[in-house]
Amino acid sequence: MLEDTIFALLGTVPDPEIPVISLTELGIVREVRLGEPPEVVITPTYSGCPASIEIHASIRRALDGAGLGHVKITTELSPAWTTDWISAPGREKLRAYGIAPPETAAGRLARKDEAPAICPQCGSGNTAEISRFGSTPCKALWRCLACAEPFDRFKCI
Amino acid sequence: MDRDFLLQLGDDALILGHRLSEWCGHAPTLEVDLALANLGLDLLGQAQFFLGLAGDADQLAYKRDAHEFKNCLLVEQPNGDFARTIARQFFFSTWHELLLRRLRDGDDAAVAAVAGKAVKEVAYHARFAAEWVVRLGDGTDESRRRMVEGLDWCWRFVDELFAGEEAALRPVWDERVAEVLAEAGLALPAKVRGITGGRTGKHTEHLGHILSEMQFLQRAYPDAVW
Repeated sequence: MLEDTIFALLGTVPDPEIPVISLTELGIVREVRLGEPPEVVITPTYSGCPASIEIHASIRRALDGAGLGHVKITTELSPAWTTDWISAPGREKLRAYGIAPPETAAGRLARKDEAPAICPQCGSGNTAEISRFGSTPCKALWRCLACAEPFDRFKCI
Repeated sequence: MDRDFLLQLGDDALILGHRLSEWCGHAPTLEVDLALANLGLDLLGQAQFFLGLAGDADQLAYKRDAHEFKNCLLVEQPNGDFARTIARQFFFSTWHELLLRRLRDGDDAAVAAVAGKAVKEVAYHARFAAEWVVRLGDGTDESRRRMVEGLDWCWRFVDELFAGEEAALRPVWDERVAEVLAEAGLALPAKVRGITGGRTGKHTEHLGHILSEMQFLQRAYPDAVW
């Protein structure tokens, strides 16, 4: 099936800024619409995400490389991307890479503020936010008070 | 949706995004530098989407003259010191979040899609600004003095945000602003006569200077691309 082929293909395309996870694990590949031409529907993480252009280009390269040059890439904003769409394996890979994965919506609903992040280095919950904004639009800067390491945390949106 | 309204939405985000980018490399700390650049980036992305609904985003951003811009006067005001930038951001983002929420739940599907995306980002902006208002207002004598001055400076441009249909957002805005100022131990600025004009293209002298920098390349080398 073309749909499965494309999803499997994009599962091998890394996110340009966080190359340990793929575009499908990040949850930005929304669907494949069969038609003439078939369309891959993607959605940006943040409105101004500078990686958007590179993501588009790397999908194009992957499709062309697999002989799927006729497939169109469409960007749609609604429903807006949420960190809940990051897959479970994607979350695990983020943690292993040193980025605290975002809480899920269920966890967030329970409280107004975000709970302390779990340190991806030592697993301690004794952590503090340094800055609400970090090295990319999707991350915040935290530090661990137990092992003293700074780390990135995926912002929950 | 009315084209002028789309331009308002796009121009507010574009001009404030540009102002925030001026802080890049100059903010008081590295974390704040990153934060302000991130805010600016979100706004530029939103501007691109909103202007894209009104026409060709690049043409609109780079080829219009000052009187054709519909942004509110607040966003074109110079950065001043950090406290004044925070005051501007606090007043604007608090309003912006309420406006985007209204649009997200509105009838126009294209606008609702952009607003639904943007409101998640702007909620962060509003929180960031409110936290700094409290930190500076409840900080040292010097930070408090500067915060008060910043709020006073920006206050005259607030009324313009609530012209027309947006008047309905004012009570919630007033409540939220009063809450944060109370936490910061600050009083609401004294009543002033509001200055308006941005929505009809009558801008302060500052907008022309922004455009001269922002549009220089496209004016000198029309339609140049990377």
